[in-house]
Amino acid sequence: MNAPVTLAVTLDRLSMHQRAEISVIDWDSMSESEGARLRALGLDEGVEVEKLHKGMFGFNDPIALKVGRMMIAVRKSHASAISVVIPA
Amino acid sequence: MSEAAHLIVLAGNPNAGKSALFNALTGARQKIANYPGVTVERKSGHFQMADGRPAELVDLPGSYSLDPTSPDEAVTRSVIMGEQLGERKPDAIIIVLDAANLDNHLRFALEVIALGRPVVIALNMMDLAERDGLTLDPAKLEKSLGVPVISTVAVRRRGLEDLSAAIEARLSEKADQQAVVVAKERKHGLRKQAKTIANLAIVSETAGRRWSERADAMFLHPIAGPVILLAIMFVMFQAVFAWSEAPIGWIERASEWTAASVQANLGEGFLRDFIIEGAIGGVGSVVVFLPQILILFLFILLLEASGYMTRAAFIMDRLMASVGLSGRSFIPLLSSFACAIPGIMATRSIADPKDRLTTILVAPLMTCSARLPVYAIIIGAFIPARDVGLGVGLQGLVLFGLYIFGIAGAMVVALVLRSTVAKGPNSGFLMEMPKYQLPRIRDILLGLWQRAWIFMRRAGTIIFAATVILWLMLTYPKVPIDSPVSQVDYSAAGRIANVIEPVVAPIGFNRDIALALIPAMAAREVAVAALATTYAIDAPDEEAEAKSLTERLQSRWSLPTALAFLAWFVFAPQCISTIAVTRRETNSWKWPMFMLGYLFALAYGAAGITYWTAVALGL
Repeated sequence: MNAPVTLAVTLDRLSMHQRAEISVIDWDSMSESEGARLRALGLDEGVEVEKLHKGMFGFNDPIALKVGRMMIAVRKSHASAISVVIPA
Repeated sequence: MSEAAHLIVLAGNPNAGKSALFNALTGARQKIANYPGVTVERKSGHFQMADGRPAELVDLPGSYSLDPTSPDEAVTRSVIMGEQLGERKPDAIIIVLDAANLDNHLRFALEVIALGRPVVIALNMMDLAERDGLTLDPAKLEKSLGVPVISTVAVRRRGLEDLSAAIEARLSEKADQQAVVVAKERKHGLRKQAKTIANLAIVSETAGRRWSERADAMFLHPIAGPVILLAIMFVMFQAVFAWSEAPIGWIERASEWTAASVQANLGEGFLRDFIIEGAIGGVGSVVVFLPQILILFLFILLLEASGYMTRAAFIMDRLMASVGLSGRSFIPLLSSFACAIPGIMATRSIADPKDRLTTILVAPLMTCSARLPVYAIIIGAFIPARDVGLGVGLQGLVLFGLYIFGIAGAMVVALVLRSTVAKGPNSGFLMEMPKYQLPRIRDILLGLWQRAWIFMRRAGTIIFAATVILWLMLTYPKVPIDSPVSQVDYSAAGRIANVIEPVVAPIGFNRDIALALIPAMAAREVAVAALATTYAIDAPDEEAEAKSLTERLQSRWSLPTALAFLAWFVFAPQCISTIAVTRRETNSWKWPMFMLGYLFALAYGAAGITYWTAVALGL
């Protein structure tokens, strides 16, 4: 119970307003330029993110993430390639 | 000084306040051109250094990385590397960073600094960062980065002198430092390095004012968000009609007064007819729509400047995805409501080439402001100004319907294009949503003035020329005094229209419409001017001539014809400038020709269906 527990999920399944750290990004699931763009917008391994908003009712897609002091919109299809760990 | 003026470039992430800094450093003397061979804008200006020497300052397209993911970013990269065709190697690079967004923006700065080129950092928007509860130490940042860091507030002109002094100091160091080659593997670590450096520079950080986030809780709410977006769009289109009534009245009275004084002071003859029927009748009937166009632009400029536009893109992304586009296409398409030309140019930010092509091809389906004069005159003449409840006018509702019709058409066409000529995998949607900002009144007014000026120039050139040519072709040859044929039927233009009429008769168009469609190829608004000129010439007597265009339309057109005419203009590609910009942006004749063909086919079909449905319903 007292041992630190880390929980790993993909970013699309992260609950709202939950802070988490990106552990692994499955770069192979996307094209070279998509990966570059992801990194350019600050989404990279070791970065802390928070899920702030989700898209239109019924779709819940895309999602808005807080990355540093910036807000980034990402589609679920990309978010599912990003694994995060929730620090205990 | 024998060598050419120094070249200094401004680079940085989008939303770092780069353009504001550029404006502050160069003032009004700016030159906008294109880089050779690509459709990327080159914005340059003169910049006077502290010792009085002139330098050229170039504002590079906003970039997140030196790994280009769009044509814009590719140009930024090659200019910085000194490899851009038609550009000298820059003597110094100013990297603009948003102080409140350091950990993200430093990533690009680190990439550029690693090249070993002379760099100065402008730590911009320090005031906003402080208001956001963030205190930074530029000296610490300077130490970590190894290049000069100057804090600036571009919009308040703060820190500009320090910045130019730092550039001068940089320019005097001649030799390049050794470039550090950034291996591909290391790029993954850049973001972490940026975060570490940013943390070192942060003196204190509090939660600050989080009103931007609170506003998003409402504007990006899964249910309230789309409702608010729809409501904003609806208010926008209602306002276009409601707020413009009074100023339209003033313009109308002014043009009547001008016509009356010309009538009183000029002797009967060619010149008087030309001024009253051609110039005032034609151009005046278009200028009257300036208030509506400005109201529409006012809304679009406010939505853009406040930061709401990216939220709209976020909300719309899922719907756009269902036709194979992304929320990124929403911004160019919304701009196309004002005018397709800036809309098509705004597609440059779309990374995926197939996405971009599709967006360009459907952009003309968004109801641009040039259609407003056409819609407004027909709606005003044929749709009763009734209140359908809740303060919603029927006329506004019909206009709203026409916009929706155009949007629906665009969605269907996009879906078809994405599975045929622009087939390809669905690209993603990755976008930064900047904090909300209070729009600066000066910027909005400047934007409005530019639009008004462009419109008035169009009215004074293309529309005027098309109207005058039409007036001449309608006036000559003169019909013999005792001929039973009317002047319009006898004239050169009338004869051409009579040939075209059978082609458009099946969709309910009469001879007058056939006649108006030809000069309206230059620009849609000309259709209104053309109708006004035709009816002014055709008036049998003074009393008829005094009638307004609205009254003449009511007496000559049936309701199904009027509705078919509206449906035609939802689709018809009647704008030479749009064709030209499509040719430039796609770098081929194939796509503008494709656009022309499919839009005319759709216009013909839509007008025909509308006409025959209306006739069947007994309207």
